[in-house]
Amino acid sequence: MTMFEAILLTIVTASTPLLIAAIGELVTERSGVLNLGVEGMLAMGAACSFAAAVTFDSTFLGVAAGMLAGVAMAAVFALAVLGFAANQVGSGLALTILGLGLSGLIGAPFVGARRNPVEPISIPGLSDIPLIGRLFFEQDLFVYASMLLTVAVALYLSKTRSGLTLRSIGENHTSAHGLGLPVLRMRLLAILFGGACSGLAGAYLSLVYTRFWSSGMTAGRGWIALALVVFAAWRPGWVLVGAYIFGAATVLQLHAQAAQFGVPSQLLSAVPYLATILALLLLSIRHGRAIGAPGSLGSPFVPDR
Amino acid sequence: MSFRSILGAVAGVTALALSAGSAGAQEKLKIGFIYVGPVGDYGWSHQHDIGRKAVEKAFGDKVETTYVESVPEADSERAIEQLARTGHKLIFTTSFGFMEPTLKVAKKYPNVKFEHATGFKRAPNLSTYAAKFHEGRYIIGQIAAKMSKSGTIGYVGAFPIPEVVSGINSYFLGAQSVNPNIKIKVVWANSWYDPAKEADAAKALLDQGVDIIAQHTDSPAPLQAAEARGKFGFGQASDMEQFAPKAQLTAIVDNWSDYYIARTKAVLDGTWKSEDTWGGLAAHMVVMAPYKNMPDDVKKMAEETEAAIKSGKLNPFKCPVLKQDGSQVECKGDGALSDEQILSMNFYVKGIDDKLPQ
Repeated sequence: MTMFEAILLTIVTASTPLLIAAIGELVTERSGVLNLGVEGMLAMGAACSFAAAVTFDSTFLGVAAGMLAGVAMAAVFALAVLGFAANQVGSGLALTILGLGLSGLIGAPFVGARRNPVEPISIPGLSDIPLIGRLFFEQDLFVYASMLLTVAVALYLSKTRSGLTLRSIGENHTSAHGLGLPVLRMRLLAILFGGACSGLAGAYLSLVYTRFWSSGMTAGRGWIALALVVFAAWRPGWVLVGAYIFGAATVLQLHAQAAQFGVPSQLLSAVPYLATILALLLLSIRHGRAIGAPGSLGSPFVPDR
Repeated sequence: MSFRSILGAVAGVTALALSAGSAGAQEKLKIGFIYVGPVGDYGWSHQHDIGRKAVEKAFGDKVETTYVESVPEADSERAIEQLARTGHKLIFTTSFGFMEPTLKVAKKYPNVKFEHATGFKRAPNLSTYAAKFHEGRYIIGQIAAKMSKSGTIGYVGAFPIPEVVSGINSYFLGAQSVNPNIKIKVVWANSWYDPAKEADAAKALLDQGVDIIAQHTDSPAPLQAAEARGKFGFGQASDMEQFAPKAQLTAIVDNWSDYYIARTKAVLDGTWKSEDTWGGLAAHMVVMAPYKNMPDDVKKMAEETEAAIKSGKLNPFKCPVLKQDGSQVECKGDGALSDEQILSMNFYVKGIDDKLPQ
């Protein structure tokens, strides 16, 4: 393996959890709900998937448990913001705090446990292409899933009737309700989908990325995913670009340090953030259209009002 | 990180509520501990909590301990004062950032004894204590140089502060003592605890030809990254063997138990005085985990070095110490750099081919 390939592979690993979590949050936000609990759901996904994977010695069950944990957390959030029309910002923050605490409790017996690596799946023939072969066609299932997920969400939002419904609910829930669209039901599904994605991203962190669990290991990735959604102007394709630029800049700055270029490490550490903001800004300028958040984002909906 | 502060506040309030509820037995000495991280971090705070449990075990019903975990440094004064107010007579605050708050509370409660880890501000009722981790780093530097096939060893640092810089220098001086041509690459994670990023930092080093990874960040991730590539590394703060049984050569283990027991005994006996303690291998505050995964001659060398440091025959920072430009550092200690010089170290030693971020 050349160093170039090695770097690219590390970049993919660094970008994938951000992409998965951000795509989930994008769908939630497109339906008009702001869920700031991504970090908490991510932590729960990481803890539960690791616990299940170790207990049953099965990566598949681990992933299932992680996604289920994300969905369960999202359901609590949905109950608060849809059921009781509670403040979304407050509920989301509470969900993060709950998730970080609860994941520590659930994960405590599993601190120090080990799992074998998840083997990459190589696609015969294609993985032999020089340079890009191993990068695109010899990855673990999560990476393929994250790509498919992005394409599927993009198609769903732009090409399907249900996607249009979701977007109209996000833009103006009162009008959508007037047209007879099922505002609360669509939002519930969108929130649960976001939870499943965060759970999956958490599973990736503890099962593939670091292969252990310890309290607080998500280290703020949920917040970065949230920021990516905003900077990508709620577009799936741009989220993909943003996640990969962020991942690439993170890994490359570490390589730049090891290569001893003499640039202060504090500055290099800021590069991922600067690069991502800059790239997505340029994208939006080039696109030339006004980009706004979904119209009803963050405001609670009570059907009779 | 405001969200962590909220979390910390919630945790703090809960713990304090618990401690307030259990106040009853009058004769017991109540001892409080403030941790900066979760006790399950398997590193810094975890080791302090092991010390707390050792105190409970040693003194049985003579003492009662309380701990508050994940206390944000900016918001620690309230947590410390709460412990002082609820009858705790001996309080350990275990992070550098707790220094000013501890000093402030100590002035308000002259009858309570305080102990602050890794700081330098003392008062009649406030002691300080820390451990000479750089002694252990000299040993692992020697092991690294012996075990490296590529001749380039790596280091994942948290932040370029004196504590970490002196560790890198000691590690490198140790390595140089067995292989004068050894090279080192340093990568800063700019975080104490971010397992994924620490792993990426280690991978970057491994990709660039490093085959031994040392770390001064708190998670087992760099060590585990080394194991995944069939290379070697060292545990940090606690014995991390279970995370990487094939890769861990040894670990520099923080051992606060003896110190906490001694200080508790001093309070019970009425002999407690405000002091500054900076113990290393000899004081048993720094302990080396078993030497494994290495040939017998390397193990023997490590054991001999450990014994020499313990007996005082060997000092990692023995004079002359040369800076990167070759200039000699003024020797303020007895044949070696003084404690003060080590605690404020802000330069790389000669042979480290990199710029220290300032």
